[in-house]
Amino acid sequence: MQKGYTLYWLLPALIVLIVYPILTNNVMLRETIFLILLSITLSISLNIIMGYTGYVSFGHIVYYGIGAYASFYLIYAYKLSLIFSILIGGVFASLVAFILGQAVLSLRGAIFAIATIGINEAIKSLINNIPFLGGAMGLYFDFSIYDKYGGAIKAIWLSYYLMGILTIVCVISAYYIKKSKFGLGLFSIREDQDASSVLGIKTKSYKSMAYAISAFFPAIAGGIFAFKSGNIEPSGAFNLVKSIEMIVMVMLGGYGSVAGSALGALIYEKIKGILLVLPYIKDLHLAVSGLILLIIVQFAPGGIVGFLTKYFKNLRKVLE
Amino acid sequence: MILKGTNLKLSFGGLVAVNNVSFEIEEKTIFGIIGPNGAGKTTLFNIISGVYKPQTGTLNFKDKNITNMPIYKRARLGIARTHQIVKPLGELTVIENVMVGACFGKKNYNLKQAQSVALDVINFVGLSSKIFTLANQLNVAFKKRLELARALANEPEILLLDEVLAGLNPKEVDNMLEIILKIKQNGITIIIIEHLMHAIMKISDLIMVLDSGEKIAQGTPQEISNNQKVIEAYLGDPKLALQLVGEK
Repeated sequence: MQKGYTLYWLLPALIVLIVYPILTNNVMLRETIFLILLSITLSISLNIIMGYTGYVSFGHIVYYGIGAYASFYLIYAYKLSLIFSILIGGVFASLVAFILGQAVLSLRGAIFAIATIGINEAIKSLINNIPFLGGAMGLYFDFSIYDKYGGAIKAIWLSYYLMGILTIVCVISAYYIKKSKFGLGLFSIREDQDASSVLGIKTKSYKSMAYAISAFFPAIAGGIFAFKSGNIEPSGAFNLVKSIEMIVMVMLGGYGSVAGSALGALIYEKIKGILLVLPYIKDLHLAVSGLILLIIVQFAPGGIVGFLTKYFKNLRKVLE
Repeated sequence: MILKGTNLKLSFGGLVAVNNVSFEIEEKTIFGIIGPNGAGKTTLFNIISGVYKPQTGTLNFKDKNITNMPIYKRARLGIARTHQIVKPLGELTVIENVMVGACFGKKNYNLKQAQSVALDVINFVGLSSKIFTLANQLNVAFKKRLELARALANEPEILLLDEVLAGLNPKEVDNMLEIILKIKQNGITIIIIEHLMHAIMKISDLIMVLDSGEKIAQGTPQEISNNQKVIEAYLGDPKLALQLVGEK
């Protein structure tokens, strides 16, 4: 699989997006872009298991939640440093995904999707009932925690920088995975799992690896988000609606494509931004995301990228 | 001897698909398997490639017992196969399909090596004009070649061909036979299932005949075509048939 030119435009574009609010010191814009970066990270990560490997992980937000809880608790209870905590959170969620993957990844199709919803709901209920994690009420930071980072304002900027770095690392990793031998194996599994094992691919461990990697970045993102908010509670961390939104972003942009997942996230966040502020209807963006999903599945199963590359073959190299 | 099966048996519920079949295959020969529909030919292939595990019996590759070896490890030993119902990796291009075979085959190539191996193999089977075509856009004849190319990219020691000639027109059949003979010249052992009698008689060194899961005969093409049991399995009892139509 020859390398294309996707990263040559995608990375500069991301960097401009990330740096702009820093240079203009625009706090409102920073918040908007923080959410966009979060969505890009989530959708590109989901794409690794859903787009590359063909497993629609419906409850993928569970790893965001696990990472958020793990790192939040480390900071809350042991006063560990932020970066160390979010990394531990990421590794922990990957480990959980790897272990759960041994069981659920032998399921296929819709049954797998349903099982992942089950995992999300089960872990949410579990945390609801663990007293030291705050149960349904969740946990709150004492404000003094931010002192270490030079106060709350600086801590929020720090979260923003970290989210930017995470997004860039995530994009680069996802791209290089796609272009590696490992990635070729994953795409082969997506197309025909039985043929793949006959061709010599160790399908079970490849799938588990892909699942673990796709859990890693959302978990770190969850850790950053929880740190920035200063509180965490199960219904926010394991919000199935967010999970569905991730799927819409991947499908909208084009499953299997790194650039597609990023574009899908960006466009979806924009649409959501417009719809959320409409005064007369609440939660209209959910109805719209359902509609988008229907239209894509029916008319452009390859999403925006699939649609574009179908008509402009030259774009293939820049939209991988 | 490169592959040896001893008393292989596999049943699905009450149906015995393969019943006590034993065989020995010499290196660098073409071993044909024939038999009526439902005789257990493809099931036997699935046992050899590891898709099914036999309930009894053993399978040896060279001196190694591979009866319970997982599928992907067999590919890495150098056992490659094609499927009767083609299994192209539809959304990948032809070259990517073949690279999968090379990357995860016997030599465990990296991407760059795999690419050059894939190009050679694609050239060899005559798919050069379709390198960047998506696999699901190929017609049947090309899909069969793709199956073959993918298996060859493994650089296998044993190649299992499951009805690669089915659905091809006479000219395509001749092309494919030529390719198969060339593969044999390159020192690869071939096991082939085929319904086209003239084709398999022409290329096989040894033929095994299965009927209802049992091995009923084995021999050179000459011996097989004169074997009473084989004729019965295919056409029924000729004497009985003559009686029925009133001639003695």
